[in-house]
Amino acid sequence: MPPTQTDTVSIRTEQDVVVARQHARRLALEAGFGIVDQTKIVTAASELARNVVVYGQGGVMRSEIVADGRRQGLRLAFVDEGPGIPDLKLALTDGWTSGKGLGLGLSGAKRLMHDFEIETFPGQGTRVTVTRWK
Amino acid sequence: MADSRTKTADIIKSDMADLLSDWKSELRAAVSDSRISGAELETQAAELLGLLSTAAAHGLDISTADWQPVREYLDVVSRSRAIKGFSSQETATFIFSLKKPLFKRVRRLLASEPAALADETWAVTEFVDALGMYTVKAFQKSREEVIARQQEEMLELSTPVIKLWDGIIALPMIGTLDSARTQVVMESLLQRIVDIGAEIAIIDITGVPTVDTLVAQHLLKTVTAIRLMGADCIISGIRPQIAQTIVHLGIDLQGVITKATLADALALALQRTGQAITKAKVA
Amino acid sequence: MERIPILRMGNLLLVTIQVDMHDQLARVLQDDLTSQIEKTGAKGVLIDISALDLVDSFIGRMIANISAMSRILDAQTVVVGMRPAVAITLVELGLDLAGVDTALDVERGMKRLRSRLAAASHDAPDTN
Repeated sequence: MPPTQTDTVSIRTEQDVVVARQHARRLALEAGFGIVDQTKIVTAASELARNVVVYGQGGVMRSEIVADGRRQGLRLAFVDEGPGIPDLKLALTDGWTSGKGLGLGLSGAKRLMHDFEIETFPGQGTRVTVTRWK
Repeated sequence: MADSRTKTADIIKSDMADLLSDWKSELRAAVSDSRISGAELETQAAELLGLLSTAAAHGLDISTADWQPVREYLDVVSRSRAIKGFSSQETATFIFSLKKPLFKRVRRLLASEPAALADETWAVTEFVDALGMYTVKAFQKSREEVIARQQEEMLELSTPVIKLWDGIIALPMIGTLDSARTQVVMESLLQRIVDIGAEIAIIDITGVPTVDTLVAQHLLKTVTAIRLMGADCIISGIRPQIAQTIVHLGIDLQGVITKATLADALALALQRTGQAITKAKVA
Repeated sequence: MERIPILRMGNLLLVTIQVDMHDQLARVLQDDLTSQIEKTGAKGVLIDISALDLVDSFIGRMIANISAMSRILDAQTVVVGMRPAVAITLVELGLDLAGVDTALDVERGMKRLRSRLAAASHDAPDTN
């Protein structure tokens, strides 16, 4: 099995969000995901990449194909050194549908991916790691 | 190690015809199966031995690039065995029965050098075992692919999407629905709606004995997705038991139109697409 | 600056959204459409998203906004060509595009717009 490789995509501008989407699409294809899974992955990536630009003041997306026993998956990590998220609970509320929450798209991304982890410290940035398994 | 590499390669190369006929007799004794003819078996053995001879000249590490042709050939052989329904043991025997003929020649060649004989025997064992392992792994991978494909085909066969009329399609679902199946079916239904240009999709669940919360949720998600795409959906054939389950579980059908029978659903669909079926006037 | 072209067909405006639209492009489209509706007095807007391989919360919000703003400007909007994978993902995402009318393709979208306009105007059916 070839060694797993972590790719890094810089996310600083709105245009970079598009680059991040395309990169995620390419990897999802490579990992053998079907079209629906690909779309879910790319949409989640779009939400999280946008957060990095809008709230994180720029950062990176790290992507790698992972394996857990017999199953294969795609893991994306969005890291920024911005202000961090002060109220995580609020941020994870359904921002879009109910009009509450900060509309961060975090809850959306969480719904589209199988695994979702977030580390955030006010003043120290945010790291969101999501994984989708085949 | 360089010595034994060359020795095995030499043995295979210089004694190929005899080695092959020995291997064939081992095979004939071990494998008596009508799924593969004696002639086919012998052809495979001959071809493999040829490839082994070429590759062995570069050493006995079967993971290297020089051994690619051999690995590819083993992939092909294992795949055909998997498709024919052989067991992994039967497939491995094809390779392992090469050991005895090889040992025979090693013994003959190094009869007077016991240390070298032991080393060479070990090298041959390692080598044939590696080939055998590779074959078994390739076999298992092929078998898994066959099973996966069969599952897909079964899934497709069990839920065909039918065009009932212009702009109206029906999906008769039969049997118990599990989460995975419902998702696959949902995706193919949506795709068919786009392909056919169906404005109304009728999902008929007459043949579904029970529905649980998860399946009901999937059905509702399907309806929402259909509406998002610009088409609409009618669910027909809801049995009294399922109606009870839906109410018990507090599932909100969110304005999804339901009809008792597929016929009722078709009548409504025709009306909504501005079509009508009239009785022909008999002369 | 890059903009998404808006075509005019009678009293309809037709927009075909290409793939990989970045946020700024979406904002500009929103502005362009509303100003075009006002300028041309268009009564219908047809947005073709058949080339979009993803609709996230930002793009979804843009579509909902365009629909709402057009209505205020007395124009009806229909969004056509949503891909199955996109529809499934939107449902999973929990994005509520209520208030946005959709149709399978451009042809049906036009038909829908014409019938909605006819209903809205209470006049004789338009003779397009």
